[in-house]
Amino acid sequence: MNLTLKIWRQANANVKGKMETYPIENVSPDMSFLEMMDVLNEGLISKGIDPVAFDHDCREGICGMCSMYINGEAHGPDRLVTTCQLHMRKFKDGETITIEPFRANAFPVIKDLAVDRSAFDRIQHAGGFVSVNTSGNTQDANAIPIDKHDADKAFDAATCIGCGACVASCKNASAMLFVSAKVSQYALLPQGKVEATDRVLNMVKQMDEEGFGNCTNTGACEVECPKGISLENIARMNREYLGASLKG
Amino acid sequence: MSSTISSSLARKYAMAISGLFLVVFLFQHFTINLTSVISETLFNQLSHFMGNNPLIQFILQPILIFGVIFHFVMGFVLEIKNRQSRSVKYASNNGAANSTWMSRNMILSGAVVLSFLGLHFYDFWIPEMNYKYVEVLPLNPDRYFEETIHKFESPIRVSLYVISFVFLALHLMHGFASSFQSLGANNKYTRAIKGATTAFAVGIPAGFIFIALFHHLTAF
Repeated sequence: MNLTLKIWRQANANVKGKMETYPIENVSPDMSFLEMMDVLNEGLISKGIDPVAFDHDCREGICGMCSMYINGEAHGPDRLVTTCQLHMRKFKDGETITIEPFRANAFPVIKDLAVDRSAFDRIQHAGGFVSVNTSGNTQDANAIPIDKHDADKAFDAATCIGCGACVASCKNASAMLFVSAKVSQYALLPQGKVEATDRVLNMVKQMDEEGFGNCTNTGACEVECPKGISLENIARMNREYLGASLKG
Repeated sequence: MSSTISSSLARKYAMAISGLFLVVFLFQHFTINLTSVISETLFNQLSHFMGNNPLIQFILQPILIFGVIFHFVMGFVLEIKNRQSRSVKYASNNGAANSTWMSRNMILSGAVVLSFLGLHFYDFWIPEMNYKYVEVLPLNPDRYFEETIHKFESPIRVSLYVISFVFLALHLMHGFASSFQSLGANNKYTRAIKGATTAFAVGIPAGFIFIALFHHLTAF
């Protein structure tokens, strides 16, 4: 496959970026998108051009590091996959592919396609945990009866890898899907109920402080999420937050 | 509690509750308007009651005006805040791949409906206030039907009504179901809620269009 890549280049957060065009030849349809980017970078390095910076780690759809906005969609045109799981066979020979970083003021560009998603870490620190006693007398989790339906819902929410595709896809750059998944995974389990009130209040407060936009229920986040996190979680968080606010 | 009231979720609840309130009003308005194609007498009786009952005039009407102003002011505030959360726009964004046109353009459909409300106030509300409280003309329970159908003689006004109600339908197709999600209702009834709200969103504006066209076509 021969392709034309239009890629966002930006040296750092303090300078303006712009789209640059790079032709690339002999791309295998069986390559992953990141392998194609590796080939591009090898070519750029051989020509003495600064390679394109992008985030990646596990390259098997688990770590949530890859973060490109490809042809107008987070993680590209395929569904339920991260960029590292996207294959070049999803594109046509001769196609022009536009590649941009995830855009949100809360996700400032570090360089080129790599963005700073530490806002998500700070939201997690605000309440995305359970205070478990780990001093040697921890209760066996299997000794606590949990409804299968709740366990499944909690697990589904916990599959969120925090990649930020929800923020990138949302026209308002809202982080509601991420935050609601983290709130839900604990709210549904008995271990998480103890701190449920403070958790949802603190996590939403931190989310607002980070400068994410407001959710308007477009549902784009759910469609683009590589893990299929459901809008049900946002509704659950809305209920949790209302209940927690009334409790004070 | 103050941080709760100013939170993004509180804004979401406020939009949903004010929107649902306006939907209830819309249904009530439609029901009364529909009587104008069935019975002139019934329409006059209902209009006279709505226009002269002190509870409706001095308590419910101010609440309604507040609800309308609150909903659109909050809508514009949210739009501005949301736009500010992404200062650098995407060079390529395929919104149609993951969301409906209606959900992405609530501010546009809302602005058209707001413009229509301006015309509606000019046509009905301001003359009514003038009749009752400025010129203080004598009570005439039989005047409403004639005044109403007179407004629908102009093809330009009827066209504006039709266009506005199409945009109202588009606004409701996302907004009505969305308000339930905002208030935390996403469960086994969600499909039924979406079906019922979509039927309302299409049916009620279509009904308003029918009433306008009916009076326009029977006016001559």
